[in-house]
Amino acid sequence: MNDQTFHWPYANEVGMEEIKSCDVLVLGGGLAGCFAAIAAARKGQSVILVEKGATERSGSAGTGFDHWESACTNPCSQVTPEEIAEAYVNEQDWYSNGIAHYIECREGYDRMLDLESFGGKIRDTDDEFAGAAFRDDKTKLMFAYDYKNKFTLRVWGSTFKPALVREMKRLGVTVLDRTEATALLTAVVDGKKHGVGACGMDVHTGKFYVFRAKSTVLAMSRPARVWLFDADQPGLCEFRPFQSIGSGHAMGWKAGVEFTMMEKSVRAEYSAAGRSFPAYGTGNNHNTWYAATMVDARGVEIPYVDRDGRELKTVLERYLPAEGQKFFLKGGVIDNPKYEYRGPETLDFDELVRRGYQLPFYADLSRMPDEERRVIWGMMVGEEGKTKIPILQNYSERGFDPSRHMLQSYGTGWQSANFLEQERQFFGAPGGILHDWDLKTNIDGIYACGDQLYASDCAGFACATGYYAGRKAADAAAAGQLLDYDREDARREMERLYAPLYVEQGTGWKELNQAIAKAMQNYCGGMRCEALLKEGLDLLESYEKEIVPTLCCRNPHELMRTHEVQDILTVAKLVIHASLHRTSSSAPLFFRRSDYPQPDPECDRCHIALHQENGQVIERRVPLNFFGNLKEEYEKRNQNYIREEAAL
Amino acid sequence: MKPVEFQVTMTPCSSQPILYDEAKCIGCNRCAAVCQCDILLPSAETGKHPVVMYPGECYYCGACVMACPVEGAIRLSHPLRNRAKFVPVRSN
Ligand SMILES: Cc1cc2nc3c(=O)[nH]c(=O)nc-3n(C[C@H](O)[C@H](O)[C@H](O)COP(=O)(O)OP(=O)(O)OC[C@H]3O[C@@H](n4cnc5c(N)ncnc54)[C@H](O)[C@@H]3O)c2cc1C
Ligand code: SF4
Ligand code: SF4
Repeated sequence: MNDQTFHWPYANEVGMEEIKSCDVLVLGGGLAGCFAAIAAARKGQSVILVEKGATERSGSAGTGFDHWESACTNPCSQVTPEEIAEAYVNEQDWYSNGIAHYIECREGYDRMLDLESFGGKIRDTDDEFAGAAFRDDKTKLMFAYDYKNKFTLRVWGSTFKPALVREMKRLGVTVLDRTEATALLTAVVDGKKHGVGACGMDVHTGKFYVFRAKSTVLAMSRPARVWLFDADQPGLCEFRPFQSIGSGHAMGWKAGVEFTMMEKSVRAEYSAAGRSFPAYGTGNNHNTWYAATMVDARGVEIPYVDRDGRELKTVLERYLPAEGQKFFLKGGVIDNPKYEYRGPETLDFDELVRRGYQLPFYADLSRMPDEERRVIWGMMVGEEGKTKIPILQNYSERGFDPSRHMLQSYGTGWQSANFLEQERQFFGAPGGILHDWDLKTNIDGIYACGDQLYASDCAGFACATGYYAGRKAADAAAAGQLLDYDREDARREMERLYAPLYVEQGTGWKELNQAIAKAMQNYCGGMRCEALLKEGLDLLESYEKEIVPTLCCRNPHELMRTHEVQDILTVAKLVIHASLHRTSSSAPLFFRRSDYPQPDPECDRCHIALHQENGQVIERRVPLNFFGNLKEEYEKRNQNYIREEAAL
Repeated sequence: MKPVEFQVTMTPCSSQPILYDEAKCIGCNRCAAVCQCDILLPSAETGKHPVVMYPGECYYCGACVMACPVEGAIRLSHPLRNRAKFVPVRSN
C-alpha cells in the first residue's frame, strides 16, 4: 500500500473564517487547560477550550499518570505546604517556581477531590491493597516514596482525562477538538497591551478561526523537537506528546509575552527514536518503579543506602526518611537532591563496579513483598502515562510475569540511555513564561498554567495551576469587557497559515525540523559562546527568510505539522537569545559559556527575563525571590477561595 | 482564497506501530477519534478499520487501544529495537 493516495475524509474549509466570542478562552486541553476551563465555568463565565488533539486522551497525562506530588493538605500528610514548596525552591537553588509550587502544595489535594467527584479514581476503593504499608486504611488513600510523611499519592490517572471532559461538558464549556491555536491577538488600550483572543485552524478541514475573549489562558505545555529529531519516527523523539512542541511559547514570544530561564536545557534523558526504550518499560528503580529491587547479572541484589551511606536491610526502609531527617524529596524533577532532601537510593554505580557487580542490571520484583510488587506492576505500571497498553498489556502478552521474570536495564544508569552533551531537552523544570501571583503574564488578559510556566513540573502542578489561572482569568473577565481586535492581524495570520498549501515542490516540514535540530546541536549545545550563538542565530534567521516561504504540504494534517516546525524555529531563536543574554555560566541552569566560564556570579543570580517589543529583545532582571513570602502572599490574594473551600 | 485540493498519501516508516485485525474490527473509528497525534484516518469504506496514515508520528501511548470496544481488533507493537529484554529470575 506504500504509495497509495487516499481520499481526504473530512470537509475542505480552506478560506472559511468563523469568529467566536467568549469570556475566557483556554488554549490547550491537557490537565492544566481542562482545570482552567472548569474553574472559569464554575464562576459563571462562558468558556471556549481549544485543543489540537482530542481532549479525551490528549496531553502528557492523556493515558494516565501514577504519582500525584506535593498534595500536602491531604488528611494523612505530615508536612505543610510551606515546608514542601520551600524545599523545592531551595532544592532548585531558587531557579524555581515558588508561586506555582505553593499553589500546588496548597490546592493540589482540592483538585484530587474534584477529580474524584467527576468520576476519577483517587483511592483504593476496591481494597486491592488493604493492609499495605503504603495505604491508609481509613481513607483508602495510597502513598508513594515517603511513607512516613505521605504527601505523594498513588493515583489511577488513566481515569482522569475522560472525567475532566465529562465535567466540562456538564458545565457547558465549548470544547473545540482538532483545532490548533496559532497566534495571540493583542490590542493596545491606554498605551498598554492587552490580550483580546487568538487565531486558530481546524486541523481536519482547514477552517480559520478568530477567537475573541476577555481573558486568555495559555496551557499548551513546553517546547520539544528543538535539539532532538528523527525523520523516520518523529513521534518517538521526545518524552511529551508529539504534537506538543511549544506553540504556546512561540505565539507568546511573538505577541510580547515575557519568558525566563529559556537558556536552561539539560543533556537529553529520553528519546525512544534512538537511545531510549518505551517509557517505564526497562528495569529501573525510579519514579513509577520506586523502590524496585535491583539485581546484577549474577542475580546478586544491589543494596539501597540512605543519605549517609548506611545500607538498608528491609524493603520498607526504602520508603522512610533517614534518621534525623524530617522528609525526603523524590519525583519528576528531583534528580540528584541536596543532602537535606536526599532519599534512599541504590549504591552508586562506580562503587558497585569496585565491589564486583556485573552488568546488565535488572529490576527483580519477585523479591519484593507481594503488595509492593502488585502496586508497581499492575497499578503504577498501568496508571502511569503510556503504560497501560504499551507496557502492562504489551509485555504481559510477550510473557512477562513479574513474579518469574526480571526486566533488564541498559547501560549504567536507571534511565537506560546515554546521550551526547549536545543532544538536549527541556527537562527538569525548564524555562517558560514568567508570571505574577495571579499567574498572569506581563500582558493584561493573558494567563498561563501547567507546563507552560517557567520551572514547571508534574501533573498535580498542572491541575492546581490550571484551576488557579482559570479562576483569576475569570475574575478579570467578569470585571472586563470584550475588546476589539485588529482585522489586519487576523488576515495576515490566515495568509501565513495557508501559504504552504500553495507552494509546489517546496520543502517538507521534516527537512526543516531536522535542520533546526542539527543547528541547535551545533550552535547551542553543551558549550556556548557569543560567536557560536550568533552564527546559530544567523543560520536560523536564514531558514526563516529563505526556507519558511518554501514550506509546502498537501492537506490540513501536514499543514499543522508545518505550523509546528515554524513554531519550533521561533522557540529555537528564543533559546539563542536567552543564551546570549546570560553572560556567565550557571550550574543550576545547566548552562555553560566558554567566553564567560565563571559559574553563578552573584550579579547574575537572577531571572534574566526577555520579551519582544517591535522586533527588539528587551531584557529585565528579576530577583529570584520575587514571589516573597509564599504563605503570606498567597493568603493576601486568595481569601475568597480559602473561605469557599472551608465552606465545602 | 484560491481553492485547493487536498491529497493524502500514506507516509510509511521503518516500523508498524498499529496493527488491525480485519476480522474483529467493526469500523467504529473510536481509535481514530482519540488519537492525539491524529495519525489514523477513518476509512472511506463503512465498517472498515482506519488507515494508519502517518505511522512515524505515533507516540505509542496506547489511547487508541484503550478506546477500542472490541478486544484484539487493534494492537500496539513497539519498534523491534525498543523491545526491552526480560529473563527468568536468577537466585544467587
Ligand atoms: C509519559 C508521561 C508520564 C508522566 N507521569 C507523571 C506522573 O506520574 N506524575 C506527575 O506528576 N507528572 C507526570 N508527567 C508530567 C505531567 O503529565 C505533565 O507535567 C502535565 O500533564 C502537564 O499538563 P499540561 O496541561 O501543562 O500539559 P499537557 O497535558 O501536555 O497538555 C498540553 C495540551 O496542549 C495541546 N496543545 C499543544 N499545542 C497546541 C496548540 N497550538 N493549540 C491547541 N492545543 C495545543 C496539546 O495537544 C495538549 O493536549 C508525565 C508526563 C509524561 C509525558
Ligand atoms: S498509540 Fe497513541 S499516538 Fe499511536 S495511534 Fe494509538 S493513540 Fe495514536
Ligand atoms: S476502535 Fe476498534 S473496532 Fe473501532 S475502528 Fe478502531 S480498531 Fe476497529
